[in-house]
Amino acid sequence: MSQKARRYSARDRALLIAGLGVVITLNAALIWGPTLASVVLSATDWNGISEIRWLGGENYHDLAAEYPPFWTAVRNNVLWLGFLGLLATPFGLFCAVLLDRRLALSRVYQSALYLPVVLSLAVVGFIAQLVYSADYGVLNAVTGMRTDWLGDSSINIWVVMVAAGWRHVGYVMIIYLAGLKAVDPALKEAAAIDGATETQAFFRVVFPTLRPVNVIVLVITVIEALRAFDIVYAINKGRNGLELLSVLVTENIVGEASRIGFGSAIAVVLLVIALGFIVTYLTQIFREDR
Amino acid sequence: MTRPRRPLRPLRALLHLFLGVVALGWLIPLVLAVYASLRPYDETARLGYFSLPESLTFGYYAEAWTQAELPRYYLNTLIIVVPGVTITLLLASFTAFAIARLRIPGRKVLLVVFTAGNLLPPQVLITPLYTMYTWIELPAWLSDSLSLYDSYLGLILIHVGFQFGFCTFVLANFMRTIPVEIGEAALVDGASVWRRYWQLTLPLCRPALAALGTLQFTWMYNDFLWALVLMSSGDKLPVTSALNNLRGQFFTDYNLLAAGSVLVALPTLIVFQLLHKHFVAGLTLGSTKG
Repeated sequence: MSQKARRYSARDRALLIAGLGVVITLNAALIWGPTLASVVLSATDWNGISEIRWLGGENYHDLAAEYPPFWTAVRNNVLWLGFLGLLATPFGLFCAVLLDRRLALSRVYQSALYLPVVLSLAVVGFIAQLVYSADYGVLNAVTGMRTDWLGDSSINIWVVMVAAGWRHVGYVMIIYLAGLKAVDPALKEAAAIDGATETQAFFRVVFPTLRPVNVIVLVITVIEALRAFDIVYAINKGRNGLELLSVLVTENIVGEASRIGFGSAIAVVLLVIALGFIVTYLTQIFREDR
Repeated sequence: MTRPRRPLRPLRALLHLFLGVVALGWLIPLVLAVYASLRPYDETARLGYFSLPESLTFGYYAEAWTQAELPRYYLNTLIIVVPGVTITLLLASFTAFAIARLRIPGRKVLLVVFTAGNLLPPQVLITPLYTMYTWIELPAWLSDSLSLYDSYLGLILIHVGFQFGFCTFVLANFMRTIPVEIGEAALVDGASVWRRYWQLTLPLCRPALAALGTLQFTWMYNDFLWALVLMSSGDKLPVTSALNNLRGQFFTDYNLLAAGSVLVALPTLIVFQLLHKHFVAGLTLGSTKG
């Protein structure tokens, strides 16, 4: 250790300590500090002004037993994850597989698919209102229906997920397309010579080699599902059927009621789910590093 | 090498048909937003969005531009995003350099902690962060609200803190792909850490920096949540969050909102068109490990 350390002059060491010090301080103060604070505050009844009183697990009990929006939000987050994971992501992969060949107009198709990726989800939420509006919207005009797509709390989450999926598909497609381009073409050739159909070659040969990409896409999908916020907030502030965990947390700050302790309990639920996936992902990545 | 089966012509046609339909379907909402923004409210109220135009006008763009004062909000966005991207890339590249090229004790732990921080849903930490921001006092020349809350600096800081992990991760991976010999030759000459970082490593990272810069610009520009929670003065909002103001208290003119959405989306669409390669590279840098 001392031998290695001797390679750095005093100035070098000062620079490193200062540089990394700034970075670690920022990270601790802005990210992990507040995250830990959420965990601690979730066990209190703090409202931002009052004395902090210790409640233990009471907030969590209230959340589960006496706060109906919580279960609506959990259900919606699960639906959101399922929709992105089981429909939008496979569709993005499917498009990537179709586009991963010499094809005239391939660039045009690709551009169209990932154009929504650069849009803010808030903008996506506003555009969705043009499509789904009950009186003037395009969807009703084309189908001849008179459904209030965004106002009916039993269906609005579904059409909003379609709008979110609109953006997610392009995102997933770009990542898979890059992954597919990196697959050794000899693998496919060999499979074809052995008489495999294109479908067999994909599922038995190509797909397994995409494992690292699959993990990344899975994590992106989960994180996007947990982070979903802008789009429902732009539509109706996340009420009336569009409740999400992220919205419930934010409500406690920008909304009327300032129940910091209670809101933090919801944040901790999000944290636990997110950390589960983050830890899995990072173990995978950093294990491969060795 | 001969392929066992030549692709059938009708299959190709079917492939084009499918991709063409999907691409069109993906573009329709955007085209619709542009179309709606060009039509007067009373016309679409009468005929719906799915109808032929009787008159087209740029009036809504003029209204969004002058009455809603979009130029001021674009400026706010620049005040936040330009320092945000610059500082993020500076700090991240230095940290990545230290982690990838120097034998810093605990470098792996640092990288894991930074990367994990970037993957958290913002709501996990937003409540304590908000409280902390209201507590931290700043001199008037730094923030006219006299606190970190409702200040440009506060938004810049959280963007840097939140995006820094991702950039460090990508850049550290990228730097590992640069042959060590280049750095080592300088080492023999007794180059300082700063010279190795600034003059030897950074120039070689230009492609990764360009890709990350493009991606970070888009992400920070598209931010909706941080400004919503950490800003209170309407006139300091960045443009994406200000879009919400085009919504009336009791009545929303969706054609005006569409014009606003198009104007807000325009810079990201232009960046995407101009720096298309960098954008895609940025999204895939993190997924295909160097």
